[in-house]
Amino acid sequence: MTNPRTLYDKIWDAHVVEEQQSGNSLLYIDRHIIHEVTSPQAFEGLRLAGRGLRRVETILAVPDHNVPTTTDRETRIDSIESKNQLDALERNAKEFGVDYIPMMDARQGIVHIVGPEQGFTLPGTTIVCGDSHTSTHGAFGALAFGIGTSEVEHVMATQTLILKRSKNLRIDVSGKLGLGVTAKDVALAIIGKIGTAGGTGSVIEFTGSVFRDLSMEGRMTVCNMSIEGGARAGLIAPDQKTYDYIKGRPKAPKGAEFEMAMTYWNSLKSDEGAKYDKEVFIDAADIVPQVTWGTSPEDVLPITGIVPNPADASDPDKKASIERALAYMGLEPGTRLTDIKVDKVFIGSCTNGRIEDMRAVAEVVRGRKINPSVEGLIVPGSGLVKLQAEQEGLDQVFIDAGFDWREPGCSMCLAMNADKLLPGQRCASTSNRNFEGRQGPKSRTHLVSPAMAAAAAITGHLTDIREL
Amino acid sequence: MDKFTKIRAVAAPLPITNVDTDMIIPQKHLRTIERTGLGKYAFSNIRYNDDGSERSDFVLNKPAYRNAEILIAGENFGCGSSREHAPWALKDFGIKAIIAPSFADIFHGNCFKNGLLPIALPEEIVDEMMKDAEHGANALFTIDLENLEITRPDGQVVKFEVDSFRQHCLINGLDDIGLTMVKGDKIAAFEAKQKAQQPWLYSQRQEK
Repeated sequence: MTNPRTLYDKIWDAHVVEEQQSGNSLLYIDRHIIHEVTSPQAFEGLRLAGRGLRRVETILAVPDHNVPTTTDRETRIDSIESKNQLDALERNAKEFGVDYIPMMDARQGIVHIVGPEQGFTLPGTTIVCGDSHTSTHGAFGALAFGIGTSEVEHVMATQTLILKRSKNLRIDVSGKLGLGVTAKDVALAIIGKIGTAGGTGSVIEFTGSVFRDLSMEGRMTVCNMSIEGGARAGLIAPDQKTYDYIKGRPKAPKGAEFEMAMTYWNSLKSDEGAKYDKEVFIDAADIVPQVTWGTSPEDVLPITGIVPNPADASDPDKKASIERALAYMGLEPGTRLTDIKVDKVFIGSCTNGRIEDMRAVAEVVRGRKINPSVEGLIVPGSGLVKLQAEQEGLDQVFIDAGFDWREPGCSMCLAMNADKLLPGQRCASTSNRNFEGRQGPKSRTHLVSPAMAAAAAITGHLTDIREL
Repeated sequence: MDKFTKIRAVAAPLPITNVDTDMIIPQKHLRTIERTGLGKYAFSNIRYNDDGSERSDFVLNKPAYRNAEILIAGENFGCGSSREHAPWALKDFGIKAIIAPSFADIFHGNCFKNGLLPIALPEEIVDEMMKDAEHGANALFTIDLENLEITRPDGQVVKFEVDSFRQHCLINGLDDIGLTMVKGDKIAAFEAKQKAQQPWLYSQRQEK
């Protein structure tokens, strides 16, 4: 009998090709997703070295960062550089024979939404992508993490990476979430507690009744934000919900293979008595709807709070960081968060662009109109999310309320396409980062859940969803 | 990859915590299919005014630091995106090493692939070096990767640690991929074993 192991230890151990003298391991990579921004230099590297792809069938290519979200998207790519990147992805996929979902395909969308939808994301696998939000796929009990372009090339050529084993960080949230408190609020509350570097060097395993009760969509939202807590990956043990989500998807195992896979997947949970390097326990009842006030995801507070005062910070670095954030955000200490007016509302991204998010927004805005001072943008995370939302009539609810309903893509999460804030504009956003300039130069971002974003669109200011 | 053995250079102080990848290279400059030429965009949101002129208050625009090869920064440097454009931009600007109390994981790994050395040291030592660096062009630091030593401007020597494999690759300018390609047989053996145990990972490409 081996020592009790964590879920992370089990997946890691199952993928070690070789332990190296330096303490690093050569780790096998099962699945690789690529998009247009971080892959062109990797393909170029292969070409220059005369190398090929070790296992072409393990790669899925989807354009997402640069794609326009307007219906005339094919002719609306806003810069020659964007067009070059999109063309390069298509050209490289064709040249190397990679499975490629083009921009105008109904399945196109944000890579981290498309992977699960297509059944490409499976429990117990190692999944990488040149994108930090690859942590999303951890919701399926897959070890999934973002890598740089040199590593993209390394995986393409060798199907492996040279890595050091991470520490095990357990975050347990148990109890029942209150009304209006969502997966996004749980993720933000966790980051508020551990800080943006709290998970550095670790893989997080999310345990407790809250995560078991969440839908697969909610679990993806939580794992997506692991990287904002500094952890390269987040994990949730797979269960029946996971299998039900996967079954029947185009790239999922079929028939007897699915049954065989499920037997293996059932072993993917931390053993009784497994040791974690660190454990954090949060009571679900303590979490209220969250909103960020600053320029780091750790600058987060309950919506009932007030903008902090740098004078109250004891640590000089913290004081300087609050001062810098407030100057950038144009906020005064002591302001009630619910008094902060917004110019735009963005609903979408790999954090909150799934069907459940669309439904949550529709529930809030049905029969209401967005505030005339606010522009509202809803961008489904994939073509299939869009289709589903339209079949449910949600698009009409959004349009009737005054929202702009768009084509799928990364959109205003990161301003690499035409969707961005103007300098000084303030946005309630369901995305994942509120960094300086994230949504455009001098943009001001407040991270919230889809329901909270919808509420802000209706009232024109940050709003406690529980009071709407 | 460029070799890194020993440098003697000016260090620029950047006393900001959580310097994120959007700050190091804003996303509008990621629309390139090249690895080179990104130095002019490094820190562009805080380095230039709206009209493209340089901001005199930004450290790397000051005469003493224009040729700095070392950055000294606050904790959690490089947090955020996995974009390798961040180390590419710093390297192209001329930065060869970064000293901070801590680094974000993905950025930290990306640096080594590009001949850029991230050095994590206890916060109180970084704070002292930050003060050293404020002395401008006279504040010359020596970083010796072979002996894992930093010599501060006053001659004081500080030891640091680096993963021995990464150190070896940097000193010799080795490319990881070439080193791993040699292990092709081991990888093939792993694949054979995994295929027997988890055949569903090796089924023919599924229907679209």
